[in-house]
Amino acid sequence: MRWTWIDRFASFESGKTATAVKNLSLAEDHFADHFPGFPVMPAPLVLEGLAQTGGILVGEANRFEKNVVLAKMNAKFHRDAMAGEQLTYTTTLVALNETGAQVSATAHSGGELVAEADIMFAHVTAAQLPPGLPDAKFVFRGELTHLLRAAEAVSKPKATN
Amino acid sequence: MTNDEIFAKVQKTLVEALSVDDDQVTPAARLKADLGAESIDFLDIVFRLEKQFGITIPREELFPESIFQGDATYVAGGKITQTGLAALEKQMPYADLAEFKKDPRMDKVEDLFTVQLLVNYLDMRVKRI
Repeated sequence: MRWTWIDRFASFESGKTATAVKNLSLAEDHFADHFPGFPVMPAPLVLEGLAQTGGILVGEANRFEKNVVLAKMNAKFHRDAMAGEQLTYTTTLVALNETGAQVSATAHSGGELVAEADIMFAHVTAAQLPPGLPDAKFVFRGELTHLLRAAEAVSKPKATN
Repeated sequence: MTNDEIFAKVQKTLVEALSVDDDQVTPAARLKADLGAESIDFLDIVFRLEKQFGITIPREELFPESIFQGDATYVAGGKITQTGLAALEKQMPYADLAEFKKDPRMDKVEDLFTVQLLVNYLDMRVKRI
């Protein structure tokens, strides 16, 4: 199953902010059931997109050397997002330390605020993983690497001061 | 900053981080047992307190978890040893360990983390600045 809930990065500033875009197409399977004749983007999938945008922002801050996992989220929705809309996910790094990171995030459609969220990420070390995981680096790999390249393509160089 | 001012900020932080009501956040309330905090919430609380008080809280300073992880000199038979208690006292000078020392069971350690402990810690930190 593909689990990429952003289409492209629009901007990326290392250690500071990342913006991604998600087009909501009626062809996406979930719209068939959610809901028949009234295609609302499921709220958790908006949150997943925000978490992917913010998670890559956090991961890049440590050159993708640490596993970044979603730990906690406080979210508020202002309205439904419907098929045909384009959502812009803006994430800002609020705090980052060895154990994790805090990101604030918004989803806009045009100029309208659809949702906002505070997201906590945790850094998971190899020692904290359950035994038997084949790869100690389990987050930034596979399908996600394409997204990382997309982020790189729009990234601004890190400020040197 | 007075103790009351610190408490008010801690209360606001915990209400936001743990989605609890103001009146649940009493000085004696235990973060885990009474306010329902889970381990990941401690990271959230640290980030929020740093912002509220404009300080940096070094890893392990407020919630020294590693001290009791798999070290036989600190923990034996489910109880904290004398060496462990001494280490705890050194690591957490802001904690009141008098009651805990009477029955230093490992499973009671988390009860030390009360709202008052956060206030004491922040009082110490604010004075240090």
